[in-house]
Amino acid sequence: MSTQTISKSSTWGGGNSPFNVSYGKLMMWVFLLSDAFTFSSLLIAYGAIRYSYDSTPIEQIDALELKFAENVQEKFAPDVAETASHAATTLEHGAEHAAEHAEHFIPALRELGVFTEAQWPSPDLVFNHFPFAHGLHLPLIFVSLMTLILILSSVTMVLGVEAGQQGNQKAVSKWMLLTIIGGFMFLGCQAWEWTNFISAGARMWSNPYGPPAFAALFFGVTGFHGFHVFSGVVLNIIIYINNLKGTYAKRGHYEMVEKVGLYWHFVDLVWVFVFTFFYLI
Amino acid sequence: MSTAVAHAHTDDHHHHEESFISKYIFSMDHKMISKQFLITGIIMGLIGMGMSIAFRLQLAYPDTSFPILEWLFGSKWAPDGKLDAGYYMALVTMHGTIMVFYVLTAGLSGTFANLLLPLQIGARDMASPFMNMLSYWFFFLSSVVLLSSLFVETGPASGGWTIYPPLSALPKAMPGSGMGMTLWLVAIILFIASSLLGGINYISTVLNMRTKGMSMTRLPLTVWALFLTAVLGLLSFPVLLGGGLLLMFDRGFGTSFYLSDIYLGSAGALEHTGGSPVLFQHLFWFLGHPEVYIIIMPALGITSEIIAVNSRKPIFGYTAMVISLLGIAFLSFIVWGHHMFITGMNPLLGAVFLVTTLIIAVPSAVKTFNYLATLWRGNIRFTNAMMFAIGLVSFFISGGLTGIFLGNATLDIQLHDTYFVVGHFHIVMGCAAIFGMLAGIYHWFPKMFGRLMNKPLGYIHFWLTFASAYLVFFPMHFIGLAGVPRRYYAFTLLPEYGQWADVNVLMTLAAILGGIAQLVFIYNFFSSIFIGKKSTENPWEANTLEWTTPVERIHGNWPGAIPTVYRWAYDYSNPAYDEDFKMQNVPDESHVVELFETNTGTAPSTKDKPETETVSFFTLIRNWFKPRTV
Repeated sequence: MSTQTISKSSTWGGGNSPFNVSYGKLMMWVFLLSDAFTFSSLLIAYGAIRYSYDSTPIEQIDALELKFAENVQEKFAPDVAETASHAATTLEHGAEHAAEHAEHFIPALRELGVFTEAQWPSPDLVFNHFPFAHGLHLPLIFVSLMTLILILSSVTMVLGVEAGQQGNQKAVSKWMLLTIIGGFMFLGCQAWEWTNFISAGARMWSNPYGPPAFAALFFGVTGFHGFHVFSGVVLNIIIYINNLKGTYAKRGHYEMVEKVGLYWHFVDLVWVFVFTFFYLI
Repeated sequence: MSTAVAHAHTDDHHHHEESFISKYIFSMDHKMISKQFLITGIIMGLIGMGMSIAFRLQLAYPDTSFPILEWLFGSKWAPDGKLDAGYYMALVTMHGTIMVFYVLTAGLSGTFANLLLPLQIGARDMASPFMNMLSYWFFFLSSVVLLSSLFVETGPASGGWTIYPPLSALPKAMPGSGMGMTLWLVAIILFIASSLLGGINYISTVLNMRTKGMSMTRLPLTVWALFLTAVLGLLSFPVLLGGGLLLMFDRGFGTSFYLSDIYLGSAGALEHTGGSPVLFQHLFWFLGHPEVYIIIMPALGITSEIIAVNSRKPIFGYTAMVISLLGIAFLSFIVWGHHMFITGMNPLLGAVFLVTTLIIAVPSAVKTFNYLATLWRGNIRFTNAMMFAIGLVSFFISGGLTGIFLGNATLDIQLHDTYFVVGHFHIVMGCAAIFGMLAGIYHWFPKMFGRLMNKPLGYIHFWLTFASAYLVFFPMHFIGLAGVPRRYYAFTLLPEYGQWADVNVLMTLAAILGGIAQLVFIYNFFSSIFIGKKSTENPWEANTLEWTTPVERIHGNWPGAIPTVYRWAYDYSNPAYDEDFKMQNVPDESHVVELFETNTGTAPSTKDKPETETVSFFTLIRNWFKPRTV
């Protein structure tokens, strides 16, 4: 046949991508789908184990928070005021504080029947610390800050992708750098959170706040997510360097930025779920 | 290499002289990678089969000494030529793992997805040849790690291929829970990485790289099957990854995800509390059930193709075949609980899983009847591949029927963990899939190696394998119904099962016969690579695109431009044409206006949609009874 023919059967007819994407981007989507199932399996395992325990009754949490508001220093940690007066707070100091916390605060609450082996601890009471704010009850403030940082890094990533689509090499560099910084800040926050939790006596196999599974799942799932964030930061750095070298400018398109962007947004999205299930519920 | 090929891929592979390493070892050509998968799979299959013969010997003759066992496994694991009880379990575990993952998952879909996807959709290679190569090497590494566990001091994993905790979670529970189990987990995680790399590639290739005119509704059924297999693997393996990670934490870091209130004779009461072994079973079977369809679907796809080619008839009900594949793929994700009817799951949940399980019989039956309808009144050519394809249909029916027994929660209480289950899954998933794989090897051997396999030897191989497979696995149903449990290494202390000793001997002899039959195949396979009859370009007179490529199997597949597709893959014995078959790339002069328009340089008009491909399901049914003359 001499005449050139093309298929009429719409976009799925073959000869071009039905989604009008490159295979690389499609592969990233397919990979993310798969990774979503990995995280789902971990979160479902979390749900199955968590709901085999009783929850902390809401009245108990309310009553405690009221007491915290009255006078947290006197009642539960008499030496916190003194500690706080040492304004020169170093990281080492923070660890000392956490040890005191483990010595006084947790046993006091255990006596009150709040942190028991049979009861899943309320995240409000476990994650109530903030750097340099010893002795204050600040439930979930720190983790909210972490979340905000990660979401902001998503915003900078979007702006980076946008800059790439306009072929603006300098802007891509700027936004990628900010994204990388955001990623590192998140990882740093996570390191602080882990350090704080570990100093309070939590381990993979034991947990001063109640069931060991709480700590095991916390380390397992946030660790797995943190590993993803770390991989994302590494990828971002590679892209950043490539962009500085002008690889994408030479190539004529910034699709690689878009691909790592997809991964980065996915990791953020997963954090939203981790945050919801581990902290908010 | 022609300039057209080199021109076609500017990015990935420039054509230059290839060294031995880049051509045969770290090859990025999908055809070579498929051969690597196939040969690794065959070797793993021989190892797995050898293990099964070893423990079948033990079952048939529990008191007899076999010096060969001592020679093979050493005096530690087979003192005086009799298998150690723990080592029997280890062999069963390794046999299951090797066969399920390494032979029937990687060996089957790895081989044929790599070989057929680019060739049948009309692509030069996979979307990412590099990831494809990585996929094979992860698989290879995984095989090495798994086999290395045969050589550690405490022996390989021995808790069954389903690695249920607590035996798998407590390294000190028994010898096989130690190093062997760790290596098992490492091997499987590498395997998951391999399957992920492969699956991403297969899916992207099928979606993105089809040639002009190759719409989804014109894909050969092999491509549909392999594509959906990749989707299943992509979505189910990560769940095992999650479960496996938690299991590793339990083993190494003292967590209790799957452990609770355990008393060990050697260590007393353990401190683990709060975990649930059933959680692991859920996570495992969420992979485990799609996994059996990952195994069988490529075999079903291969069979569809081979039966149509060798019946010289269009596949009966193409659309129904695709829909049934989609149905099986979807349903396979919501039936995993039927493996767990007796774990203490809520009976209501059991009823739900019962219903979804039995619904799978519908698409499975659609496929079976379509095979039979394709064969009916066909001008059948009994090639070796066709024999094995028909064998698959036989196994799929007989194994599928016993699946209906097992899917019933109440019956399962009696049948669970008996030889009935062993017989069922070996026939429906083991034999059927192996037959599909062998059919595929006989059929596409010319495309892989440029030569034909020896036909008489193929017949001998088929009949011996077919007979021995039924002789091994069919009696298992009867002893299973009588209550004989699986995973016992000897029944000498249980006199009520003693009456089945003769049956065990029969099954073992049949298994040895089956093993000998595979040696015929091995000889045929490897000798045909070198001395087989030279093949022509299209030895089976098939329609699909892979038979338009030259026998020399060049890198890039087609020396010139990639062929354009004008029709579906099953135009056999069409009364409208003089020829017996019309290949997909042959334009149809009379119908060209309906399906294609000349390229006028404008975008294809959306108004005049094409006829919904050449044949729809109902048209086929209607046309079926019409006289076959023009």
